[in-house]
Amino acid sequence: MRSRWIKVAVFALGLAPLAWMGWRTWNRDLTANPVEYLQHFTGNWTLRLIVATLAVTPLRKLLRLPALIRFRRMVGLFAFFYGCLHFTTYLWLDKDFELREMLKDVGKRPFITAGFAALLLMAPLAVTSTAGWIRRLGGKRWQLLHRLVYLSATAAVVHYYWLVKSDVRLPLLYATLVALLLAYRLIAASRRPAPRTAR
Amino acid sequence: MLVKKSSGLRYSDITPRQVYLERRKFLASLPAAFLAGRELLSPSARARAATRFDRLAKSPLSVSDPPSSLKDITHYNNFYEFTTAKEAVADQAAEFRTSPWTVSVEGLVKQPRTFSMDEILKLAPLEERISRHRCVEGWSMVAPWIGYSLSVLLNQAQPTGKARYVAFQSYFDKSQMPHAAYAGIPFPYVEGLRLDEAMHPLAMLCVGLYGESLPPQDGAPLRVVVPWKYGFKGIKSIVKVRLVDEQPPTTWNLANAREYGFYSNVNPAVDHPRWSQATEHRLGEFRRRPTLPFNGYGDRVAALYQGMDLRKNY
Repeated sequence: MRSRWIKVAVFALGLAPLAWMGWRTWNRDLTANPVEYLQHFTGNWTLRLIVATLAVTPLRKLLRLPALIRFRRMVGLFAFFYGCLHFTTYLWLDKDFELREMLKDVGKRPFITAGFAALLLMAPLAVTSTAGWIRRLGGKRWQLLHRLVYLSATAAVVHYYWLVKSDVRLPLLYATLVALLLAYRLIAASRRPAPRTAR
Repeated sequence: MLVKKSSGLRYSDITPRQVYLERRKFLASLPAAFLAGRELLSPSARARAATRFDRLAKSPLSVSDPPSSLKDITHYNNFYEFTTAKEAVADQAAEFRTSPWTVSVEGLVKQPRTFSMDEILKLAPLEERISRHRCVEGWSMVAPWIGYSLSVLLNQAQPTGKARYVAFQSYFDKSQMPHAAYAGIPFPYVEGLRLDEAMHPLAMLCVGLYGESLPPQDGAPLRVVVPWKYGFKGIKSIVKVRLVDEQPPTTWNLANAREYGFYSNVNPAVDHPRWSQATEHRLGEFRRRPTLPFNGYGDRVAALYQGMDLRKNY
């Protein structure tokens, strides 16, 4: 768990979806609707990686593997990376980089509002993910800021749910996973003894 | 001399006849089954032989847009009875039994009648008609359908003066469509048209695609094509056509009335509540293109809706 190589392997694993997408693009094997394929593919991986990021803390405790924390930042940054790719496919292939059209969409279409919010909420977390920023903000404040990921994950799930026409099995699966991971935190917080205050 | 007593068994008694007859096929299929399972086998290897239609007339109602590829038309389908994954319908529907098949035309008609597929194919000369297809989801394609105008079938049954609408029903069989339970919409799929819409020459009874009988995923053995309406109005695998006097229920409208109206004419000016209908993504093209009113068929069909508020009657 301590080896550098594991970290390298996890990094390579994070790039695997991108490589797969590149391979299928190279082979012109992106289904009959390549635009939709790329949008769904990048969106799916964003959501999976958000769930993976949220799962790190519970898994550390449940599996008694505290060293897992080493990967949390990387997984979270990969989630943001695929989120940016997802947003790019939309801005480029759907909106032709017309920012005004995009903002109109964000204001008018709830599922796009939710998706846009999910990405925006991730941005400050990506920026402040470095050791330097943790120091500058101080652990407490940094942690508080990074709880924004709970909102981001919720918005991402809502985004997916509102997009689907009628078969909501997959959005519900992600909703359940996110709900379980957030519930774990609520329960853990309620069991923790209240911090003692100096009198 | 020792004479062996016959056991009285013949080979055919031991192995079921069908298995025996297909023994080579069975042996040949073993490596593939071992390696891949049915998902990874190419669908073309399993597809049943399609009927080839000769001497097709070219329809004067064709559009000049270049048709989408056969692969796109047959591997990007919305057919929720089989699966909601568009790329997977071809595979899920590959074993769909479409023979024997009958269609009953009933209700407010003078001559209610059940047609076999053979009879359907002979009601009128088959023509190839290249049509635009615009899905309510925002993608579109162009398909060289084969068939004839729906009015041919309706006229056979002679609608009475009371008939004002046509109600269609799709085939539904849970055992052949095990994923239907997850689709989130009720089955059997039903659709409807106003009688004057159904009698319009552009409304087509479709039995084929690209010179051959319809593949299961595109609605075998017969479907309706209404090119100026969103794709879901083009009901597939039809078993019942009923002439009625009141607007019939339609599946997507039952599932979500606010999002899917009875008329569902292609209309770039009226957005779906959740997404824009102003543009579409044509399969095989990279950039989105503007969507045309009535899918570009306005000069022929707009008169059907004169005086109607198409915002209200979406």
